[in-house]
Amino acid sequence: MALASTLAACGSEGKPTLTWYLNPDGQETLAAIAERCSTDDYDIETRLLPTSATDQRVQLARRLAAEDDQTDLMNLDPVFVPEFANAGWLLELPEDTVTDDTLEGIAETVRWDDGIYAAPLWANTQVLWFRRSLAEEAGLDMSQPVTWDQVIEAAASVEGATVGVQANKYEAYVVWINAMIEGAGGQIIENPQEGRDADVTLDTEAAAEAARIIEKLASSEAAQGDLSVSNEGTALAYMYGPDTPGEFMTNWTFVYKNYEPSDANDYTQEQFEDLGWARYPRTVEGEESAPPVGGIDIGVGAFTPYPDFAREAAACITSVENQVELAVTDGLMPATQSGYDAPQLAEAYPPDLLELFRTSVDEGGPRPKSAFYATVSGAIQATWHPPAEVDPQSTPEESEEYLQAVLEGKALL
Amino acid sequence: MTTTVATPETDATKGPKGKRTPPQLTERARHENNLGRRLVAPAVVVMLVVTAFPILRALWLSFYSYSLTAPEEREFIGISNYVTALTDQLFWRDIGITVLYMVVTVAFELVIGFAFALVMHRVIFARGLIRTSILIPYGIITVVSGFAWQFAFTYQNGFVNGWLPFIDADFNWFGDTVPAVIAIMVSEIWKTTPFMSLLLLAGLAQVSEDMVEAAKVDGATWWQRMWKVVIPNMRAAIMVAVLFRALDAYRIFDNIFVMTAGAQGTESISFLTYRQSIEQFQLGMGSALAVLLFLSVLLVAFLIVKLFRVDLAQARGE
Repeated sequence: MALASTLAACGSEGKPTLTWYLNPDGQETLAAIAERCSTDDYDIETRLLPTSATDQRVQLARRLAAEDDQTDLMNLDPVFVPEFANAGWLLELPEDTVTDDTLEGIAETVRWDDGIYAAPLWANTQVLWFRRSLAEEAGLDMSQPVTWDQVIEAAASVEGATVGVQANKYEAYVVWINAMIEGAGGQIIENPQEGRDADVTLDTEAAAEAARIIEKLASSEAAQGDLSVSNEGTALAYMYGPDTPGEFMTNWTFVYKNYEPSDANDYTQEQFEDLGWARYPRTVEGEESAPPVGGIDIGVGAFTPYPDFAREAAACITSVENQVELAVTDGLMPATQSGYDAPQLAEAYPPDLLELFRTSVDEGGPRPKSAFYATVSGAIQATWHPPAEVDPQSTPEESEEYLQAVLEGKALL
Repeated sequence: MTTTVATPETDATKGPKGKRTPPQLTERARHENNLGRRLVAPAVVVMLVVTAFPILRALWLSFYSYSLTAPEEREFIGISNYVTALTDQLFWRDIGITVLYMVVTVAFELVIGFAFALVMHRVIFARGLIRTSILIPYGIITVVSGFAWQFAFTYQNGFVNGWLPFIDADFNWFGDTVPAVIAIMVSEIWKTTPFMSLLLLAGLAQVSEDMVEAAKVDGATWWQRMWKVVIPNMRAAIMVAVLFRALDAYRIFDNIFVMTAGAQGTESISFLTYRQSIEQFQLGMGSALAVLLFLSVLLVAFLIVKLFRVDLAQARGE
């Protein structure tokens, strides 16, 4: 049996083939990286995962739970590293996978139980994107830090202007909620490493503040029509839609490359020059915001017949040169300081935007690092969705009780 | 070769079998029956392995607290999963919404399906074309039809808001429970009405033309012929159609998965089970819910059979 599967994993010349599961971002660049990182000893073959982070997790977990020996390398959303590592599905990587050069926000995501279980490939973060002309019309000074209240009120003051967020019942909604709670000095879980025994801290001032902002946006003129099903893609359309003054939108780093005029889109240089950016809005005035941290880490499957080759391939894939290429071509920003210092990046992005991305990742607020993160996220989605029904008086308390009960196995999720 | 295998076995079982065998059955027929049984035996064994084993394993797992992502924490907890599920508001809400999906879609499908069956039965010109056209939606994969209807109902690029004069152009069908449930039901009804009409067409074909003619000669109107002659005579076929579709509709999953992913309170009991087992990897709770789903399907089937007061043997014409 083992022999058969080993043979199946071998190429036509008897050279082993490592299978690398990719999420759909930057596919072409990643395919080129796979080819470059193939050696005389092994080839790397890429396979595509579904679009949403939740579906990616389900597909990888199902393979690994069945001890699939052909899941050699995988792109993992950072929040799922603890869960996979705890289940024994990831091989530990060498200590030097994370160095002083790695940005702290993303480095923290690959550590579990005193070990390193994945290699950061790119570090994503959200910033506030807006049309300069809209901010001007609304009279909002974007050179100073802004709060969610200011952003919502500014958009509501201009006819047709909106605020774009991600509030569908999915992971990115939790990203938004978590960022606002951390921006008010709170956190969803106090000791997430305790797993099921962790202390849920949702019935707090910070969570009430986050709920108040959601309620304010949902009942405001500035809410987009599809708020309750909005995602990273739907919010993009409101920036330069016909007869609209545009929007303020919190979204990931890819937005800059998305609006850059190219053969693949119809955006004009004039529109592109109107695009502005600022640090993620503050939840509370006078308190620094906690921008979301995302990205992709490369994990090595625990059941690979070629652990040494797979570790070597992971190191090659996450090299600084490859990180720079992903940033320049696909807007997926580096996980290292030296990546940010690369001259190609300085050519591709305005210096203030690069600095904004880097500081956002470094000072960002990660989501709870729990082996039960999917449960935590699901319980929050269940109690905080739809946004129009969020009530600062009751939602934080209800969600705390519910999440605690779900973790203890006393309620269905 | 078959004879040599069959003979000794038949001799050994001749006594007890003889009692139950009707007197008119010849020795040859008995041999053939025995041979038949042995020929199907491998298939029965395979069926038991692939169906009974997973069912029993699910039953066994349902007594454990068992998460695939924390396998070492597996623990026997008796019927706790059942108690949690049956005392949870979410479970009963999902049961309620599932029953709503089932009742509404089957009712609409029965009426529309019957109309289609009449068209297919009576049509004189372009019979093949019309029958095929009616059946096309059933030939489309549910996931594909789910996506098609999701696009149709999306206000950014769908056509539904434009076609309905009483709906705002920017009305978000997936923004609230009621419209989202309606959208899911429309997709479900569009997809499976042809199946219902196909089953009803078979029933219509069984109704004797002589009876309809006799009623006509007696002066019965079209409605009277339908209510007094055609429908009573195809009650067995209607029951089979309703039973099949109701059990299918009770397990509704694909359209919900594609159109709302269970958001806005549109989740059915199958979807809840899926989320526990596949998304949350809670194998214990997922198995308990699967067992409850199985039992509730049995209950639905029992109620429908009782409601129509027709036994399946009659439907087969026995």
